[in-house]
Amino acid sequence: MKTLTIDAKDIHYTPLNQQIRAAIADGAKEITLNNVLGQRFIGDGLRGDDVTITVNGVPGGDLGMFMSGPTLIVHGNADHAPGNTMDKGRVIIHGSAGDAVAHSMRGGRVYVRDNIGYRGGIHMKKYLEKRPILVVGGSARAFLGESMAGGLVIVLGLGGVPPIAEQGVGSGIHGGEIFVRGPVDNLCLGNGTKQAPVTEEERAMIRPIIEDFAQSFGIDSTPLLAAEYTRIAAVSARPFANKYTLE
Amino acid sequence: MSIGSTPLRFRVTIDPDRCMNCGRCIENCSYGVYRKEGDSIRINSRNCVACHRCLAFCPRDAIEIEEKPGDYRSHPVWTREIREAVFNQAKTGRIISGGMGNALPWPIIFDRLVLDACQVTNPSIDPLREPMELRTYIGKKPSSLSIRERPGKDVELLTKLTPNLQIETPIMIGHMSYGAISLPAQQAMARAVHRIGTFMGTGEGGLHQSLYPYQKNMIVQVASGRFGVDIDYLERGAAIEIKIGQGAKPGIGGHLPGEKVCADVACTRMIPEGSDAISPAPHHDIYSIEDLKQLVHGLKEATEWKKPVFVKIAAVHNTAAIAAGIARSGADAVVIDGFRGGTGSAPVVFRDHVGIPIEAAVASVDAKLRSQGIRNEVSIIASGGIRQSADVAKIICLGADAVYIGTSALVAMGCRVCGTCNRGMCAWGIATQKPELTKRLDPETNAVQVENLIHGWTLELGELMGAAGINSIESLRGNRDRLRGYMLDEGLLNVLDVKTVGA
Ligand code: SF4
Ligand code: SF4
Repeated sequence: MKTLTIDAKDIHYTPLNQQIRAAIADGAKEITLNNVLGQRFIGDGLRGDDVTITVNGVPGGDLGMFMSGPTLIVHGNADHAPGNTMDKGRVIIHGSAGDAVAHSMRGGRVYVRDNIGYRGGIHMKKYLEKRPILVVGGSARAFLGESMAGGLVIVLGLGGVPPIAEQGVGSGIHGGEIFVRGPVDNLCLGNGTKQAPVTEEERAMIRPIIEDFAQSFGIDSTPLLAAEYTRIAAVSARPFANKYTLE
Repeated sequence: MSIGSTPLRFRVTIDPDRCMNCGRCIENCSYGVYRKEGDSIRINSRNCVACHRCLAFCPRDAIEIEEKPGDYRSHPVWTREIREAVFNQAKTGRIISGGMGNALPWPIIFDRLVLDACQVTNPSIDPLREPMELRTYIGKKPSSLSIRERPGKDVELLTKLTPNLQIETPIMIGHMSYGAISLPAQQAMARAVHRIGTFMGTGEGGLHQSLYPYQKNMIVQVASGRFGVDIDYLERGAAIEIKIGQGAKPGIGGHLPGEKVCADVACTRMIPEGSDAISPAPHHDIYSIEDLKQLVHGLKEATEWKKPVFVKIAAVHNTAAIAAGIARSGADAVVIDGFRGGTGSAPVVFRDHVGIPIEAAVASVDAKLRSQGIRNEVSIIASGGIRQSADVAKIICLGADAVYIGTSALVAMGCRVCGTCNRGMCAWGIATQKPELTKRLDPETNAVQVENLIHGWTLELGELMGAAGINSIESLRGNRDRLRGYMLDEGLLNVLDVKTVGA
């Protein structure tokens, strides 16, 4: 397999992405970026289903934006909106990430081992076989899954942190679902949401995803699979249905 | 006591002496005004919206439509519209929604501006005899050029130029999404812009496969819902437009009801069939000018810096300052959508009351960018309420580089501005997804009509320029000396930076 290592020290994001694109065009399947420090847009608009890019360091915002295919593995924290409007592929973050993680994501997976900031999974959406998945190992801050239109968010609360402790979860949600390990205080729920314990069917549905997440980070999945989960979803798929009258 | 019926908005009558009972009115009316009972045609005037579809296809001119046949007691404060809005909300307790643009009789600044012409001291130019340069380039212009002399007489340009869009006339068609309007309507406009050498916007609805052949003339839109946006879509467009706001409904998002999301619209938008497509009010990754810059750069990086990126905002109070921020965000053009801009559907209270007119917005943006020395960083595209070639000439004099038209392109395809686009029953097949209605449009016939309209305006623009002794659109741009204000107040004249007539 063709591999390549790029030293990203002091390189601006555009030439860095150009080098990545050139390497993929040249047939590279495994690319390692060392000394990444704040470069934004890594993997932006990148294609290549069989390409894996390992990012050593701390990438800047919009990691994997509009990405369609590759896998990005980050050994470090990520800034805001990794997986923004991503189409296909994976972003696996061995650390924490900032606000608006997986913003408007329409396909693929984003796994964050530790915690995420505000508005994670905002306006994710699903179409046919494209179903975006965001899994957070630690906790998510306020307005998780705001305006969600489709897809799946799972928050596990590992490492002794409560998975969610702030308000606005699912505000304006009209599709998709959020699973949280353990009970959820109603005070955390946003307008137009409802919660219920998971059914056996739902548990079976999230099981392989949790297993895959645990495997990605070398975590023991047994306690996660045995745990209780709460499912948060929209009260109505049509929140605007009774809002308007004709002129 | 219930409120009961309100007076008819329109009364439809058929002249029995002229009618030949052919039934075309029944077939054509999608609002259910006509029905056959025995041998005669019965009319339910209450359903009429005055879209004139029946009238246009009655072979005998037998149909008459009268507006507001039943009078209220006239009152300058309690107008008919105000009273009917109260009745409506008293009955429903809801937000009133409507289609098309601003329906209040605000004064129109364009109609208080006059253009100039040459007399005696400088000769006018005859566009038939001399070339008129209407070609326009949309995008950043370098603030300076550095050039190296090559051996021989040749020179080499060292400055790296940013990609621009080349348009053959400063008239483009703005963003009307597939979903808000029908596919044949988009197809017709796409053919027209392709032939003319101009551009049209996709709207926030993705790009339907049947439009791929015209993609080099399409500006793809990225709005807050990110519908239909993936890397293929971004790469297809000639330019990318970030929609922040819309003149018909500044400050709020959009909402395409599930009824209009048929299988094909679903596929283009990339959402499940029949689901509501909800665009949030803000982009949730843009809460500041810095964030906007991040998205501008994100889009450019995704498309390898090959495409201009536009940012569209609604014209509101602080548009000039906002546009100055946009000019510094790396964007290549700022689209300003005035409060007369059309819409498939908007809350009437926003459509009619929020935002400012395009004339004042463009003039103030142009002045602000010039005063900060950054006018070259962005082109200004004026949108919302451009009705005729004179408006194009005037807004260019006020500082715009080009215009987007919307409603006038629809009118060129038959739209009668009936204002019920939000109901999805457009009898002209434009603002609807019902197959039996959309098939009423023929993309080729309608393409010719739209092409004719833009062609006619372009000719008029050339004539107006020639009469003013100008042979290049560059010399008209920002040329306020070619305008005079007629009965405009001093404050507005100052904002427009235009003198009064006679001065
Ligand atoms: S289309 Fe005209 S002529 Fe034909 S039935 Fe209707 S009113 Fe009569
Ligand atoms: S597009 Fe159709 S519904 Fe909308 S105003 Fe025009 S004729 Fe009426």
